[in-house]
Amino acid sequence: MEKIKKGVRLDHISKIYQDPKTGKEFYAVKDTSLTIEPGSFVTLLGPSGCGKTTTLRMIAGFESPDEGEIYLGDEPINELTPNKRDTAMVFQSYALLPHYNVFDNVAYGLKLRKVPKEEIKERVMKILDLVELTGMEGRMTNQLSGGQQQRVALARALVIEPSVLLFDEPLSNLDAKLRVTMRTEIRRIQQEVGITAIYVTHDQSEAMALSDNIIIMNKGVVAQMGTPQEIYYHPVNEFVADFIGEANFLKGKMTGRSGDLVTLDIEGSPLEVEGNDRMEAGNEYTLVLRPEAATLADKGGLPCKVVLSCFMGSYQNYHVMVGNTLVKLEEHNPKNKHIYAVGDNCSLVFDPKSVHVL
Amino acid sequence: MAKTQGAALDRKKLMADPIMVTTIVLLITFLTLFILYPLAILLVDSFVGDGSFGLSIFKRIFAMPSFTKAITNTLKVGFLVGILSSLIGLLFAYVEVYVRMNRFVGGLFKTVSMLPVVSPPFVLSLSMIMLFGKAGIITRFLLHIYDNNVYGFWGIVIVQTLTFFPVCYMMLKGLLKNIDPSLEEAARDMGAGRWKVFADVTLPLMLPGLGNAFLVTFIESIADFANPMIIGGSYDTLATTIYLQITGAYDKAGAAAMAVVLLCITLLMFAVQKYYLEAKTAATLTGKASRARMLIEDKSVKVPLTIFCSLAALFVIMMYICVPIGACFPTWGYKFFPLTGKWFNQVFTKYHGFKAFKDSFVLSLIAAPITALLSMIISYLVVKRKFKAKGFIEAVSMLAMAVPGTVLGVGYIRGFSGGLFHTGFLQGIYGTGLILIIVFVVRSLPTGTRSGISALRQIDKSIEESAYDMGADSLKVFTTVTLPLIKDSFLSGLVTAFVRSITAISAIILLVTPSYLLITVQINEFAEKGAYSLACAFATILIIITYSAVLLMNAFIKRFGTSRNIKEE
Repeated sequence: MEKIKKGVRLDHISKIYQDPKTGKEFYAVKDTSLTIEPGSFVTLLGPSGCGKTTTLRMIAGFESPDEGEIYLGDEPINELTPNKRDTAMVFQSYALLPHYNVFDNVAYGLKLRKVPKEEIKERVMKILDLVELTGMEGRMTNQLSGGQQQRVALARALVIEPSVLLFDEPLSNLDAKLRVTMRTEIRRIQQEVGITAIYVTHDQSEAMALSDNIIIMNKGVVAQMGTPQEIYYHPVNEFVADFIGEANFLKGKMTGRSGDLVTLDIEGSPLEVEGNDRMEAGNEYTLVLRPEAATLADKGGLPCKVVLSCFMGSYQNYHVMVGNTLVKLEEHNPKNKHIYAVGDNCSLVFDPKSVHVL
Repeated sequence: MAKTQGAALDRKKLMADPIMVTTIVLLITFLTLFILYPLAILLVDSFVGDGSFGLSIFKRIFAMPSFTKAITNTLKVGFLVGILSSLIGLLFAYVEVYVRMNRFVGGLFKTVSMLPVVSPPFVLSLSMIMLFGKAGIITRFLLHIYDNNVYGFWGIVIVQTLTFFPVCYMMLKGLLKNIDPSLEEAARDMGAGRWKVFADVTLPLMLPGLGNAFLVTFIESIADFANPMIIGGSYDTLATTIYLQITGAYDKAGAAAMAVVLLCITLLMFAVQKYYLEAKTAATLTGKASRARMLIEDKSVKVPLTIFCSLAALFVIMMYICVPIGACFPTWGYKFFPLTGKWFNQVFTKYHGFKAFKDSFVLSLIAAPITALLSMIISYLVVKRKFKAKGFIEAVSMLAMAVPGTVLGVGYIRGFSGGLFHTGFLQGIYGTGLILIIVFVVRSLPTGTRSGISALRQIDKSIEESAYDMGADSLKVFTTVTLPLIKDSFLSGLVTAFVRSITAISAIILLVTPSYLLITVQINEFAEKGAYSLACAFATILIIITYSAVLLMNAFIKRFGTSRNIKEE
């Protein structure tokens, strides 16, 4: 099944919808340009209504962009209908054909392509083996569990060997444990086949676990695109920082610089952190501090007061006030550590390198 | 902001699908030609029928006392039948949903809801005359009343109520089932008695639904042609007046104007029903009942309600049974024994019965699959696709529901007897079997489309999208996915269309030519002449045919149905 891998490129894509109640038009997707490398696994991540599904459906061909052009490889595909596009989609509701059994569901796309019967059989069985459904081919789809149905949906999309595989929140109907198993499976299969995959989700852990690259969308525009690490450690704005993982925001005025380190005034206390070249003394900056990156000590950091102390098993959850700013932190493996109680005055300690300046 | 590029791309994608485009164009042509055009020509005729544009024809018909009388008659009957039918329907529905019933009563209810479906719409008029008329078995032989007059206002009202209330019953039953029992239980819990719960919770929730049932019956009643024809006597309604105006007075322009008046009334009612009440009904009653309802076991409620409904049901069933029995009496009203087969014999030997059944059967058999397929295609386009003309297609096919058969019949006479716009073009189809088939199709299209649309709405849109995404074009999606998934709906649409066609009369009676003998027209003729036994014999055979068709369909669905496995998901 070797064929040339293709990437996807969106060139200034917009989609306009009309609000059914007010009749007002708005941008569901606005002036979005993206390049998705061949063979990579890319996730479109964002809250509901951010335009991620619309973007995916434009790539599949179900929606037509109002501005811009979509390329599959080097070929513009705006005018192609979904059945003529070399993409295959895995739907949120699986969308298996209920009147067909597993084999016929998977074989459907091949039959449409008039592949010879013998070859259909061979290819279907091979794919069913890949998704670990061998022996199930005679079952009707309603005799399968949710996870198995999802595998059939995946097999059906894979068997036609599309250039790009599209996923529309495929795991959201599964229970939490199965979601984790299935996402590992999806990643394994994608790697094995080496296909370009675009995956829509609102679940950040799914995005983290699956992707080579994450595209964070908000209100129809791309907020940030990057590897999971880039996005987690170097979010470009408060929205991204807050959407991916938990984030604390500390605001402060820059008072001085020595080399790479800058000094900020946080709630009346000086704090030295790793800054960047664009920062200038006198300006206000926001620091992003992840809950797991800080700890409490008797002294040596920012003075704070504990307002919540809660044992969560694998970690102790604290809420502390640094001046007027609430900071949440997680003290992992708390078994042999000193536990601070509500009302205690203590110190918020963290490595200056583990904060990120927005 | 401009959606121009997206719209242009959508158009291009549509054009890339020639089958789809052809289908849409053909559909629009069909709907325009056979629904919109006949109505338009009525308007044209009634404004310019006598040479110059103006209201002169309307002035003329409104000056006829018989016409204005017919309007008030029609409205009076419609209101009363609407109210009575929805109330009786509500009672039946309430008993079915809320009261524990034994199997016998349940069977009675089921039979009552089934009978109007399989019988021609006017058999109750026949049995009404045979039971309560001057020579009626009950009036003359049991009660010894010799001058009972069943003809006229009350005759029509009783017969139409008995014919239409099962429709209300079925509609309201669906609504009652959707009321979440916990709403009523909450009221009970707060201390309200059973009657208070009904008055304060159930009834207010049902009001839009009741209004809906009332209007649907009202439209059915004022559009009804055969019952007023047979049992109306000198009490003319709009439908019969129009018929007489065209067949008796040969006043085609006048009939056209009258048809416009009737159409305006039904359209108005239809608009209220469709756009105001239907939305309201859906808004107050959403979703399915969360769990089983506590049925009423209380004897003081259960016994009287059950007895009343059972008696009413038995009465209706008796009226229907009267028809086959009537066909077996040697002379109705005078000589009952020995039972005889001579009327059935005469149907075939003397009155061309075989030809009548063959003609009706063949024409309906041709019309049914066309109707079923057409309504499924329309439903598919309306529910699953988006394109510009979609609104038009949906509106026109629903509009046909509001057009009384008589109006459509007059429209076809005016529209096609002289060809399109009286130019002679397409004149050839007038008077042929083809136009009868088209009328059958148009008359059954709305019901089929309606059930198709609701069946398709239950199917996840992404199932078809996935097939499309896998590489299927529209035709393939429709034939390999949509149609198999709504097989049941298609089959029942097929049978409904067949039954409706073979029992239809109102539009057909205006268009049929001597070369075609149709059963319903024959029944009407014999009933007019007072040859009730013959009419009954014809009607009996007709009921057997339609009932067998329904049985056949049920057996078929049970054997090959798909919906069961799909719903389990």
